[in-house]
Amino acid sequence: MTDDLERRLGAAPDSALDLDAFRSRLGRRAAEDGLLDVAYGTYDSPLGPLTVVVTPRGLARLSYPGEGIEAQLDELADRISPRILEAPEQTDEVRRQLDAYFARDRTSFEVAIDWRLVRGFAGNVLRATARIPFGSVSSYREVAAEAGSPNAYRAAGNALGTNPIPIVVPCHRVLHAGGGLGGYTGGLERKRYLLQLEGVIPA
Amino acid sequence: MHLPPFEQLVDDHANELHRFLIGSVGPIEAEDCLQETFMSALRAYPRLRHADNLRAWLYTIAQRKATDTVRRRARRPTRGLDGVDPVAPPTSPPADDGLWQLVGGLPSKQRTAVVHRFVLDLAYADIAVRMGISEEAARQNVSAGLRRLRREVPDDR
Repeated sequence: MTDDLERRLGAAPDSALDLDAFRSRLGRRAAEDGLLDVAYGTYDSPLGPLTVVVTPRGLARLSYPGEGIEAQLDELADRISPRILEAPEQTDEVRRQLDAYFARDRTSFEVAIDWRLVRGFAGNVLRATARIPFGSVSSYREVAAEAGSPNAYRAAGNALGTNPIPIVVPCHRVLHAGGGLGGYTGGLERKRYLLQLEGVIPA
Repeated sequence: MHLPPFEQLVDDHANELHRFLIGSVGPIEAEDCLQETFMSALRAYPRLRHADNLRAWLYTIAQRKATDTVRRRARRPTRGLDGVDPVAPPTSPPADDGLWQLVGGLPSKQRTAVVHRFVLDLAYADIAVRMGISEEAARQNVSAGLRRLRREVPDDR
């Protein structure tokens, strides 16, 4: 039997939680208290919305649309830490530098990189790639050599294909020795756009 | 062991926990209490040894935060010395606030059981799982809580 008291309890107001606002507040507080190991935000680039992932060590991931945010967050949870929240203000510095880069006001990025998503030879290849300056290009064989194994150019190609931080770690500057564009994580159209932006190929 | 990204816990459970806390501490303080719940959970999260029942874990924390809120409230004078309410009144007072004060005053297990039963409308078997107690204990907590509320709630409104 339902009596008056039970009825009144059942009439508790529904949750009218504004989940977005709640998440933002939580993200900010978590960062302030040093409890946020992985923060992410979205950056609207000329190449589409990019997901920017930062940790206290630096930029860990920059991903093109279509890479599946949930799978990425799962990977970050396993490889870095499950303390992950959306906290766009933590990515502001990276977003500012990307703005300047796409506006041709900046030719190099000054952000710390968190390399924890890459391992072994791939890490060497990507570190070598990170040293290729704006406006110049290299070949798969050259970065393989820089990484310590001149003959491992196929492995170098694979490493570049899984670069977690494209644009900032400029794998678009690695081309086939014969001059062909090679491949690109974000698709060849994007590689072409970036090389045009940097003046390597004519617009 | 794989723990899901913390954000997923927020997305999956924030709304139901919020309603649980509305039932436990009333609508005014529920959101702050929810914030404290997730902050505590975030602090402890990487040390969890299994991800079997994250929901029950979150409810345990929420129950504890509700108890903290109620205790804080009990220490706080409801009236200033000059008879003026020291806490600014909310712009639109939610309905039945007095009832939530009384629910908040229940021992924490009784409060949690009563809220699960009548606010969230769960069956005793589910309450038992949620609270990690037997079904019989869930029933006892609900009826003890109700008995106590009936003694304290004015009969008719």
